[in-house]
Amino acid sequence: MEQKTKITAEEGRQEMTITRDFDLPLDLLFKAYVDPDILEQWMTSKVIRLESKKNGSYRLEKKDDKGNVVFRAHGVIHEFIPDSKIVRTFEMDNTPFGVQLEIYAFEKLTGDTSRLDMHVIYESVEQRDQVMKLAFTQGINWAHNHLEEVLRKSK
Amino acid sequence: MNLRRDVFQAIADPTRRAILLLVASQSMTAGAIASNFNTARPTVSKHLQILTECELLEQTQNGREIYYHFNAKKMKEVADFIEPFRKMWDERFNKLETIMKKYKAK
Repeated sequence: MEQKTKITAEEGRQEMTITRDFDLPLDLLFKAYVDPDILEQWMTSKVIRLESKKNGSYRLEKKDDKGNVVFRAHGVIHEFIPDSKIVRTFEMDNTPFGVQLEIYAFEKLTGDTSRLDMHVIYESVEQRDQVMKLAFTQGINWAHNHLEEVLRKSK
Repeated sequence: MNLRRDVFQAIADPTRRAILLLVASQSMTAGAIASNFNTARPTVSKHLQILTECELLEQTQNGREIYYHFNAKKMKEVADFIEPFRKMWDERFNKLETIMKKYKAK
């Protein structure tokens, strides 16, 4: 089966690339990264601030049902070229993961399709591995929570 | 987690990946594996040792010969480790795609 999203993360390197081909024209793909309302929907985080321009900054926040902040991240936009390139930093507040540099390359494939190439560079190999393991751990937690819910309902 | 790190180190090397591909189709002796590479025999032996230590290869004794087998189960474990991260992004991007398709239709 062909996988739409591809990840390259070689051992011993503090970087990774994430590549995805979209069934979307280039301008729509780019818009999803620039329009705060749209970004909010697919990132499932609230956009507190998003200044899509050179030297602009952004802040994202996510709360649980009870209103507790569970995720907060921020960064600055180093380069911004519409329909082509975004270079920004990304840092999660109150985590040991440090700051990461993200280089986004947007590319037109056909009139209806486009590609995003994310090059992410971490402070160290360990931090990159930790971020990847985070999804692994979360996956386990989600499965666990789901199981709890099923058990609760079956009572 | 140390074991996993070693596995990643093992598969990061192109020669070792080539060895895994070779052995995946049939079990082979060290000599037979080495004959497929221009690298010196001790270098190939070192690669085999690393692959065996992290359990990507298994050895069986057949008379005087030692055969190397590919351990598919271990390989799957490695793939599974990256998979949750890939899946997280894949789902996020799927969502983006769906939202923008609706946006376009408006």
